[in-house]
Amino acid sequence: MGHVQWSTADLWLAVVASGLYHGVNPGMGWPLAVSAGLMGRGRWDLALALASLAAGHLAAMLVILLPFALMTALVEWGRVIRIGVGVGVMAYGAYRLVNRRHPRALARIRPTQLALWSFAIAIAHGAGLMLLPIYLGLCSAGEVDAAHQGLASLMGRNFATAVQVSLLHVVSMVTAGGLIAFLVHGWLGPSFISRSWFNLDLVWALSLMLVGAAGLVTAL
Amino acid sequence: MTIRPDPTFHATPKLAMEAPPERYAYVLMLSPNFSRPDCLGVVDVDSSSSSYGKIVHTVVMPNKGDEFHHFGWNACSSALSPMSGHAFLERRYLIIPGLRSSRIYVIDTKPDPTQAKIHKIIEPEEVFHKTGYSRPHTVHCGPEGIYVSTLGGGGPDGTDSPPGIFIMDCETFDVLGRWEIDRGPQDKHYDFWWNLPRDYMVTSEWGLPPQFENGLVPDDLLGNRYGHRLHFWDLRARRNVQTIDLGANHQMALEVRPAHDPIKEYGFVGVVVDTTNLEGSIWTWWREGGTFRCEKTAVIAPEPADKDQLPPLLQPFAAVPPLVTDIDLSLDDRFLYVSCWGTGEMRQYDVSDPRAPKLAGSTHIGGIVRRTPHPNGNTFAGGPQMIEISRDGKRVYWTNSLYSTWDDQFFPEGVPGAMVKADVGTDGGVTLDKKFWVEFPDGYRSHQIRLEGGDCSTDSFCYPSV
Repeated sequence: MGHVQWSTADLWLAVVASGLYHGVNPGMGWPLAVSAGLMGRGRWDLALALASLAAGHLAAMLVILLPFALMTALVEWGRVIRIGVGVGVMAYGAYRLVNRRHPRALARIRPTQLALWSFAIAIAHGAGLMLLPIYLGLCSAGEVDAAHQGLASLMGRNFATAVQVSLLHVVSMVTAGGLIAFLVHGWLGPSFISRSWFNLDLVWALSLMLVGAAGLVTAL
Repeated sequence: MTIRPDPTFHATPKLAMEAPPERYAYVLMLSPNFSRPDCLGVVDVDSSSSSYGKIVHTVVMPNKGDEFHHFGWNACSSALSPMSGHAFLERRYLIIPGLRSSRIYVIDTKPDPTQAKIHKIIEPEEVFHKTGYSRPHTVHCGPEGIYVSTLGGGGPDGTDSPPGIFIMDCETFDVLGRWEIDRGPQDKHYDFWWNLPRDYMVTSEWGLPPQFENGLVPDDLLGNRYGHRLHFWDLRARRNVQTIDLGANHQMALEVRPAHDPIKEYGFVGVVVDTTNLEGSIWTWWREGGTFRCEKTAVIAPEPADKDQLPPLLQPFAAVPPLVTDIDLSLDDRFLYVSCWGTGEMRQYDVSDPRAPKLAGSTHIGGIVRRTPHPNGNTFAGGPQMIEISRDGKRVYWTNSLYSTWDDQFFPEGVPGAMVKADVGTDGGVTLDKKFWVEFPDGYRSHQIRLEGGDCSTDSFCYPSV
């Protein structure tokens, strides 16, 4: 098996696409940036809020990806890990499908703790998990020359990939979410918030299952 | 759960004001002698309708003795808070607590208000067991679900422990538990409200159950033992951060009305009576440098009266106190309406400058001594009590009953249910609508009003009106 393979370029594109998707989703925070801009000193506060949201989202990505940077260095386990992750992400998607309730603990985070909120929401929604199969796909693209590399250099390479994936994902997320936030703040007005807000809970759960399945198929 | 946010959810108060006007009003109807079950009445408030001003549907409860007082929606514009993740709830269920029974009814108002029906009943034991509180009172939808304040704590007379707020799940309506983590000096409760983006809550005080259930206790009033403090809380940390004592003579600090625009960090509270001179008063509270402050900004004088015109309770004073029992703030934060239940007056203050309210309008109806009839000639017993303002600020509705046992003390001849409406002039002024007079069934009194699509004393907003 293993003939279902994404090219490296496809995988990087998937990192960007998932970033845009997360950014557009109001559940990941652009309405909070609008609120910060309207409640505070305008665009400056909006940009600060975006930075907090980005920091939290980035931290959530890294918290999920970095442990796998260690594990994927164990090349002989690479496939098992990828299969396990594919199944795990699908299972989490299925769980989100059945239980679409939002954990009450998220409602306890203060409006001033935007980075913490962004981190918690990305973990709870499985935003980090969604990126994992793509990231593992990128790591496995280098498996062929693994024999020529030491464990330490492979680990270092995977760490670097994890950081690059997280950064690229967050940059595209903040670009998409930020663009909407600036448009709503400057031109469209707050009525756009209720007009544009779609319930993505179902779509989100299905996306997790889809990404998990794609990861699983490419690992087999 | 819906795909799009409920069309009655609005990001800002200004957007809510631009929404279509209400067609129906929901009114609590109570049987003051507990001989019949309390009801929810649905009133047609569409002036173009043939049943304008009539009760077009009644939900009759299966129990007696609940004593309905305040109620609220399961969800409101606060659901658009991006931090709470509840944007896809529907404004559909009315949560009606029985103040005397501690039983809670969940009423489904869909698919049409005229088909409203009971969805769920939460028995008092569940409230007692899960919260340690009793006598549920004010209902607000907020970040963690549905918040319900209580006037009683544990034990048969509700005084074994302090009252507070508990939380209900906004989808299953399960009672989840107490809200407070650190209540500080708070030991009495009445109303509560908040500023969601600024993350604070304000609560007020009436009295403990033995001080209201069997009527006003004159000794407690003259001994200044009713509530007279405002408590400020960190909403997410659930901690009391500050308590302001208005002074012991300012008895019964009741309705809390924060500015609707969340960028404004102020609000109002009404004080029923000053025991030194029988005045009613309006207080403005605000936050300055992280600290809350509060000052008396308007007073309403008592009116002298012959002793034989007065109920026994008031005879020693030879005067009618205004008895400020409800206040309500229009969505544009411009007009504050003040019920003077004793003197029978609805006052309208321009509060554009919140620390200097200016009287902008007034209309007399009912009252202990004045007994002003409605412009249609009908007797309006009691006085103006629970107020509800339409979202666009053009119409004001009110009822006439305060609380069964208190009604009997101040209006011994009885307070048959009445609900009236006044029209508001563009620059203030209130005029009673001669055509609007709701007939309630014999033996029923009327209390709080909620409007289809939301109103001025339930919705809270997460974005400023820019």
